[in-house]
Amino acid sequence: MKKIIKLEGLCCANCAAKIEEEVKKLAGVESAALSFMTQRMTMEIEESKSDEIIEAARKISNKIEPEAEFKVIR
Amino acid sequence: MTKKQKRMTIRLAASALFFAAGMIVEGKAAWYWIFFLISYLAAGYDIPLRAVRNIINGQFFDENFLMTVATFGAIGIGALEEAVGVMLFYQVGELFNDYAVDKSRKSITDLMDINPEYANLIKDGKEEKVDPYEVSIGDRIVIKPGEKVPLDGIVVKGTGGLDTKALTGESMPVEVKENDAILSGSINLNGVLEVEVTKLFDDSTVAKIMELVENASFRKAKAENFITRFAKIYTPVVVSLALILAVIPPLLFGGEWGTWIYRACSFLVVSCPCALVISVPLSFFGGLGAASRHGILMKGSNYLEAMASLDTVVFDKTGTLTTGKFQVTDVDPVEGTKEELLRLAAYGEFHSNHPIALSVKEAYGKSVDETLIGCVEEIAGYGIKAEIKDGERQQGLYIGNARLMKQKGIEITDQGSVTGTSLYVADGSRYLGSITISDTIREDVPMALKGLKAAGVRKLVMLTGDKPEVGQAVGEKLGLDEVHGGLLPGDKVGKVEELLSRKQEGHNLAFVGDGINDAPVLARADVGIAMGGIGSDAAVEAADVVIMTDEPSKLIDAIAISRKTARIVKQNIIFAIGVKVLILILSAAGIATMWAAVFGDVGVSVLAILNAIRALAYQSNE
Repeated sequence: MKKIIKLEGLCCANCAAKIEEEVKKLAGVESAALSFMTQRMTMEIEESKSDEIIEAARKISNKIEPEAEFKVIR
Repeated sequence: MTKKQKRMTIRLAASALFFAAGMIVEGKAAWYWIFFLISYLAAGYDIPLRAVRNIINGQFFDENFLMTVATFGAIGIGALEEAVGVMLFYQVGELFNDYAVDKSRKSITDLMDINPEYANLIKDGKEEKVDPYEVSIGDRIVIKPGEKVPLDGIVVKGTGGLDTKALTGESMPVEVKENDAILSGSINLNGVLEVEVTKLFDDSTVAKIMELVENASFRKAKAENFITRFAKIYTPVVVSLALILAVIPPLLFGGEWGTWIYRACSFLVVSCPCALVISVPLSFFGGLGAASRHGILMKGSNYLEAMASLDTVVFDKTGTLTTGKFQVTDVDPVEGTKEELLRLAAYGEFHSNHPIALSVKEAYGKSVDETLIGCVEEIAGYGIKAEIKDGERQQGLYIGNARLMKQKGIEITDQGSVTGTSLYVADGSRYLGSITISDTIREDVPMALKGLKAAGVRKLVMLTGDKPEVGQAVGEKLGLDEVHGGLLPGDKVGKVEELLSRKQEGHNLAFVGDGINDAPVLARADVGIAMGGIGSDAAVEAADVVIMTDEPSKLIDAIAISRKTARIVKQNIIFAIGVKVLILILSAAGIATMWAAVFGDVGVSVLAILNAIRALAYQSNE
C-alpha cells in the first residue's frame, strides 16, 4: 500500500536525505522517497505492518529532524 | 516571512549591532568581549543546544555540531571576533536559504493548488456545501463565480468563462454553455453554472492531476541521487581531514597549535554539505514548476533530466500529429471557382447528416437558401442526386464517390487524393470537380517538428495504424525521417524497441501519443508523453509526461525547460564543489581565513539557491 506523509517544517536538505535513507532500511518498506521541496515522503509498504512502519518512520524523523512535524496524510 | 523567520531577523539585527559595537570598542576597553559574547548568543545560542540534543539522539556531524566545534575552537585559540562573525554570517545564510526555499515552495504549490474544498450540491431543491467526495454521478452541483469546479461534469444551465490555467497553462478563458463538458480544477470566472456530475471525485481530472503531482517527488533524477551520495561521504572526509590538520602538524612537525586548530576550524565550517544538497532538488523542483505552468506535467525529475537529451521522438499519427477530425482539405474545380464548387456541394448535401456532408457544410460556412433546393435523392453507397435552382436554370447534380461517377458514365478528369476521401461533383454529365476531406494536421505541428530538429533531435518517426500510403503521404508532407504504417497496437511496441536499439548511446527516445491504445508503447519508451491529457485517464496513468493541451509544440518548451534545469544543476554542482575544494586547499595552506570559509559555506549556498530559482522562471518564445 502507498502511504504519504508530510514533514512540515523540514528545513535541512541533508537531513531529508538521511531520513529517507533510514526509512528505506525499515523492514516492510519496499520503497520510500522523501522530497525536501514538497516536504512529502511517499512510501510503498506492506499493509500488514503499516502501523509499525509509520511509528518507526516517525521515530526516525524525530531523531534526525526534531523541528519537523510528522503528519500522515493518507 | 514566517514567524520563525521574523524572530530570527530580529535576533540577527541585534547580533550585528553588538558585533559592530564590539569591533569599535576592541582594543580600547578590556571588556569588549562582552559585546562579542552577546552578539554570538543572539545569533546562535540554539546551535550548540541543538548539537548536544542531536548527539544524544545519535546524530553526529550535523551542521549544528560542526558550527559549534568550529566556533568554540576559534574562541579557544583567541579568534573571538572571527568566531562570532562566522556564527552571524552562517545564521544570515541559513535565514536566507530558509526564506528562498519557502518562497519557491509556495510559488509552486500555489500553482498546483487546484484542490477544490467543497461542492455546492443541490439537494431537494436547496444548495448544500459538501465534500466533493460525497457527490455521486448524476448529482447536480452549482458553481458560482470565483469558485473552483470541484468535479467533472456537463453544464445543464447557465453560461460562463472558465479559467483553465491550472490545467492547461492556457491563460485565455474558455467559454462554456449548456451541454458543454467542464473539467474539475478550472475556475469559474463569471456566471452561475449548474452542472450534472459525470465522474466521482476520485476519478475526476483534479484528483488525477493531484496524484500525479504528489508522486512527482517519488522518482528522483540521477543528479539528485549523486549529490546525496556525495554529501554522505563529503562531510566525514572533511571532518577527518580537519582532525588530522589540527593534530598532526603540531605533534609531529612542531607546528604551532593555535595556527593549525584555526585552519582545522575553517575546514569544519566548509564541511557542511547543505549548499549542495539543497540546490539540486531545488533546481529540479523549479523546473517541474516551470513545466507545469506551461501545461506540461512530469511524473518525476528523472523525466525532466531525460528530456534534456532526446535522440529520437516517435509520434503516433491520428490524434497526435493530426486532429483526428475530418475536414475539407482540398477543393479542385475543373471549371469555375472553388467557392462555387463548395457552394453546390453544400446545397446538395444540405439535408444529409453524414460526417462528410457535415464537413462540407462546415467548410462552406454560409447559410443555405433552402428554397433553391429541389428534389434530393440518396443513392446509398454511392452518394446523392440533387436538383438545385441556379438562377433560372435547374441543375441536376450528382455528388458522391468514384463509383457514382462511373455508374453515371461521368469521366473524372483529375487525380483523387491519397490521404483523404474524395467527393466528386457533376452537373448532369458534365464533371465539375472534386472536394477532398481528410484528417487535418495540427496547426502547430510543422513548427513543433522544426523546433525539435533545431533542439538537436536526430530522428523524427511516425507510427500509424493507418494505411501505409496515407502514412507516407503525411510523413512526406511533414518531412519526417521515418514512417511506419499499417501497424497494429502490438506492432508499435516492436517498432519502438527496434528504434530504441538504434538510438545513440546515452540519449533517450520519447514516444508521443494521445493515450488511446498506446499505453504499452508509452511504457516502453524512455519517456512516454501523452497529449491532450485532460480528460483521458488512460493517458495520465500510462505516461511519464502529460501535455495538458493538444499542442505538440509544447515539446519544445519541455525540452528547453529540461535543458535549462540541467544546466543550472550542473553549474551548481561544479560551482559548489569547486569553491569548497578551493577554500579547503587555501585554508590548509593558511592563505584563506575563516571569513573565506564562511563564504565557502553560506555564500555558496546563497548563490546556488539564487541560481536554482532561475529554473522556475522559464518564458516560452511565443
